[in-house]
Amino acid sequence: MAATDTPILAVTGNEAVAEAMRQIDPDVVAAYPITPQTEVVQIYAQFVADGKVTTEFITVESEHSAMSAVVGSAAAGARTMTATSSQGFALMWEMLYIAASYRLPIVMTTVNRALSGPINIHCDHSDTMGGRDTGWIQLYGEDHQEAYDDTIMGIRIAEHLDVRTPVMSMLDGYVISGAIGPLQMLPDEAVKEFIGPFKAINPLLDSEHPVTVGPFDGLHGWYFEHKATQQRAMDRSFAVIEQVSEEFAELTGRKYELLSPYRMDDAEMALVVIGSTCGTTRTVVDQLRKKGVKAGMVKVHVFRPFPVQAFIDLLGSCSVVGVMDRADSFGAQGGPLFLEVRSALYDLPKRPQIVPIIYGLGGRDIFPDNIHEAFAVLQKAAAGETLPVERTYLNLRKDRV
Amino acid sequence: MQGLVEIRWHGRGGQGAVTAAKMTAELALGQGKHFQAFPEYGPERSGAPIVAFTRVSDEPIQVYAGIEHPDIVVVLDPSLLSVVDVTAGSPDDAIVLINSDLPPAELRAKYHMKGRKLYTIAATKIAVETIGRAIPNTPMVGALTRITQLFPLEEIVAFVRADFGKKFPPKVVEGNVNALTRSYEEVQGE
Repeated sequence: MAATDTPILAVTGNEAVAEAMRQIDPDVVAAYPITPQTEVVQIYAQFVADGKVTTEFITVESEHSAMSAVVGSAAAGARTMTATSSQGFALMWEMLYIAASYRLPIVMTTVNRALSGPINIHCDHSDTMGGRDTGWIQLYGEDHQEAYDDTIMGIRIAEHLDVRTPVMSMLDGYVISGAIGPLQMLPDEAVKEFIGPFKAINPLLDSEHPVTVGPFDGLHGWYFEHKATQQRAMDRSFAVIEQVSEEFAELTGRKYELLSPYRMDDAEMALVVIGSTCGTTRTVVDQLRKKGVKAGMVKVHVFRPFPVQAFIDLLGSCSVVGVMDRADSFGAQGGPLFLEVRSALYDLPKRPQIVPIIYGLGGRDIFPDNIHEAFAVLQKAAAGETLPVERTYLNLRKDRV
Repeated sequence: MQGLVEIRWHGRGGQGAVTAAKMTAELALGQGKHFQAFPEYGPERSGAPIVAFTRVSDEPIQVYAGIEHPDIVVVLDPSLLSVVDVTAGSPDDAIVLINSDLPPAELRAKYHMKGRKLYTIAATKIAVETIGRAIPNTPMVGALTRITQLFPLEEIVAFVRADFGKKFPPKVVEGNVNALTRSYEEVQGE
């Protein structure tokens, strides 16, 4: 069967990711099997029980242990994956840095959900945005198809010899993970061929060539140089991500970019968006365009490495840009995406005004009307009105704050 | 119905509203249409009011948000009518399908419902008589199909035989088929 002849399926986002993992059939999956874990791992456990994969599946007693086991497995020389969400991601924290600094090509799906408190299990990006400096590559998908595609492309990106850095791929909690949407899978063989065999580098289990992983390095050791090489790998990963995306497009016809512009050619104002809200924003852009408003959108697919040049190319000629964050950085000037987009455009001789917008925390719904409100704020700014210093909140019960 | 159709489902945990929302999406896929289905997640407590959504469209669906202005409201439990404003946000020409033994005019009078096109079906009774369990979701989909003509009845029957056939014994599958066809025939409008 050709790669593009497969039927359209109706699946949840969790199922889409689990199916991608089944087709990848990694050597090891280690995961915490209880809340806040998602159905991704439950479905995968069923695949293991049904003999549909050859994976060594390890259930552990915490997410900290999950990431520790994944680090050990990858260092031993196994293709290794895991999945997490929300508080689970937070509990992995210290081990995320270890995975990245050991340059282990782990791929982890993260279903984006809020961090407590108050206790909240719904969608926002606080979990992985908080992990943006851990040294992992971050891919954010907007729908079921992209969640599936990113999982497969993530393997190639993480394992590429110019990169050898772990990849986390994200999908919006419940909005995608629990919703039924369309998915076109690749045939199993096409995935196998696309990802190729795993190549272990300096594996612990190669007793002919013994290595030490993770020793104490000390004040006069190589820690600092090591960190610089992590940054170099991030820089090299741009080209690898683009090359893998290109090959994936040849196979599937679906082309992913670092940033995807929508109606940006002559846009005077634009929103920068991550995740499932991209689709909602596109429909609003279409409505505004019909009224003659030169509105556009930039979708962020890759947040780490941060595609500075692509932001400059796409947004440099706008007069005003709103940056939509589904996570906040309390006490800062805005959310994490806002801070970096504004910084990226700082060196331009003539730069747009950049407006911080916060939305959707704890799963608060984001309706087309809310996106219209965001564009209305941008129109005010474009007309020369001074905006309040405070972030623009969408669909916030303002009378209760 | 043509273009984008937005359906909001009201039920109680355990009545199969989420399954009905998903089943409708899968039926849309079978008709070559675009689809989306999702529950409004909360603590999953049996008996608690829940809401689920389905979008069916001739065009790809890009909006990922709850449905504020449903074209169709389906209520799986009549006891919700005194608890939840089920028609909230729906336009005056919206279709409202309610699981009730009462004819639409009587139900409208009882709950002082204004406007909209009201339909009723005794889905729980049908479910008990055909499936043997008080789970009204399949009959509600049968009634919805009749009202909207979104899918041919034989398509749903074929779907239920194939999909339920994977999970349930033949007796349960045929019970569901009977529930669908009976409710398709018995649904009442004003």
